[in-house]
Amino acid sequence: MGSFLQQLLNGLVLGSMYALIAIGYTMVYGVLSLINFAHGDIYMFGAFMGYYLSRYMKGSGEGSIFYALLIMLGSMLLSAMLGILVERFAYRPGRSGARFAMAFWLGILGSVLGYFFSPSAAGMIGGTVAGAAGGFFIEYSFIRRIPRASRLALLILAIGVSMFLENAGQLVFGADPKFFPQIISATQMNVGALSINNQQITVFVVAIILMVLLNAIVTYTKTGKAMRATAFNLDAAKLMGINTDRIIAATFALGSALAAAAGILVSLNYPKIDPLMGIMPGLKAFVAAVLGGIGNIPGAMLGGFIIGIAEVMVVGYLQSTYRDAIAFTILILILLLKPAGIMGKGLVEKV
Amino acid sequence: MKKWFGALAAITILIVLQLTVVDRLLLTGPIQEGPYIHQILILVGINIILAVSLNLINGFTGQFSIGHAGFFAVGAYASAFLVTTVGDQVHQTLSFLPSTGQDAVLLILGILAAALLSGIAGVIVGIPSLRLRGDYLAIVTLGFGEIIRVFILNINAIGGSRGFTGIPRLSNFFWVYLFVVIAVMTVQNLINSSYGRAFISIRDDEIAAEAMGVDTTRFKVMSFVISSMFAGVAGALFGHFTMYLHPNTFTFIKSFELIIMIVIGGLGSIEGSILGAVLITVILEVFRGFGPYRLVIFSITLILIMTYRPQGIMGSKSFLLKPRRVRAK
Repeated sequence: MGSFLQQLLNGLVLGSMYALIAIGYTMVYGVLSLINFAHGDIYMFGAFMGYYLSRYMKGSGEGSIFYALLIMLGSMLLSAMLGILVERFAYRPGRSGARFAMAFWLGILGSVLGYFFSPSAAGMIGGTVAGAAGGFFIEYSFIRRIPRASRLALLILAIGVSMFLENAGQLVFGADPKFFPQIISATQMNVGALSINNQQITVFVVAIILMVLLNAIVTYTKTGKAMRATAFNLDAAKLMGINTDRIIAATFALGSALAAAAGILVSLNYPKIDPLMGIMPGLKAFVAAVLGGIGNIPGAMLGGFIIGIAEVMVVGYLQSTYRDAIAFTILILILLLKPAGIMGKGLVEKV
Repeated sequence: MKKWFGALAAITILIVLQLTVVDRLLLTGPIQEGPYIHQILILVGINIILAVSLNLINGFTGQFSIGHAGFFAVGAYASAFLVTTVGDQVHQTLSFLPSTGQDAVLLILGILAAALLSGIAGVIVGIPSLRLRGDYLAIVTLGFGEIIRVFILNINAIGGSRGFTGIPRLSNFFWVYLFVVIAVMTVQNLINSSYGRAFISIRDDEIAAEAMGVDTTRFKVMSFVISSMFAGVAGALFGHFTMYLHPNTFTFIKSFELIIMIVIGGLGSIEGSILGAVLITVILEVFRGFGPYRLVIFSITLILIMTYRPQGIMGSKSFLLKPRRVRAK
């Protein structure tokens, strides 16, 4: 019994991470009907930003809660910016014909190629300028109109962005794993037969606070109301005077910030971080979002906890090698029984 | 009669190519990078089979499947397991044949096993597709692919996480491209038949198709099964070429790669799938010199193509898809 409770506890901690990532998936899906595969990589980016921030702020009060909080907020902010960039330059052009995607991506391509051919700051800057200028030129002289992307094209875009973030991460951060510093020192506690450390408690409490905060934003603020309206019907929201592009960007920012928080919280417990760390958690978090009923924020939280607990139970009582299969097995079972997910609304098929 | 002549001609051409270009020029010959080019040729062929078969589900039937690597894995492992277990017996019973003949029989046995098992897997995945659509189906197929991989990882008889070693090399240029021809011809003839029109009608409007009397359930499962059988065949050819299989080859990354091929080429176009498979396989190989920069460049290119030409290179144009003929009775 004691070991079961212990497993349940570990499952709740892991589940709160999946829940945090799943919220971002479900919010983006809610407004765009897009599986944002890049979300898992934003979680990775968040962990790396935390790593670099804590290195940058070395020797300025490690161990204090304030210091840890500062690192987390900084990383959340940077990741939110990345989320906005991804939305602006990868998804928005295909949605509403926004310009400058060519200049942006060719600029990045130029910097990569510039660095490849002459590994120096000059090579990089020269490449960026040349690429961006070329992009502007192409966009203004040859491209009259950016075609509307189909759902499938958007999905491939998401896969492309995900590949880009993973591989650019390997270039910039290095492919070898890094060790996340202990920004909160660990102390082990025993409550009855249960053993828990303060990091796990921090993870759980912070995750819950963030979820409550997010729910408050979505329910009570004007932006949140606009988000719900956009998710309900994008075109109608536009007609009601909502700047949907801005709301979608805000959705990406919020979701990415939560993913970054998850990245840092996970790194407290599992300090090994590498550029490919986001793939599996991202996928499982998406499964959690579908499980709870995609587009439904409380559903995503519930799904996250279910997946987390199930995974820990499988590792504890069956075999750890099956841990990656359990999430999908639950998903398939639930979808066969209730195709809209646990908390999803029944889909009405219109003829 | 004309059709059989075409098939015979194709086989003859492939045999001649195998005996001259591949054996004399690439494998033992003046070209230094011959074996490397040969390897790329084989990989291109296998990817063409995979892409064309995936296009049948995604491009023609309009069912969004992103778990093709799972069927590929089932085929590869099924065939490798069968061949390694019964290989010696077959060689003994067929000792009157030359060794090429024995290998051919063994390979065909392996391919049949692969097609059968992958087909069964296709039925299992096809059934949920009756209830799910769009992104839900996508994520379920992705999940099935991953479940298959995790199970393979846990079966010790086929190597588990160590990988499957000791698979004899049975497939070669001839066999791979023979099945490329078979896959392309099958899909093309299927699409031009009444079955194909049923597939396309499901893609265009499922409800309308049902109202017109198309048994959507049956055709959806059929498309899944045919597609997964060809993926299994590709797996068998792959396993008997690389001689080593590891579950990590068959992750969802492989499925994504295939999706990228068919979308870049143009969804719903057979030539598009072929073009996509060739382009992506070759480009990824050619740019190996860029090392870690390669996939960054590739992903940016992918994003730009999808932004500025989301319908792919070919669009849905197809020279192989004949306009519907109205036959007078």
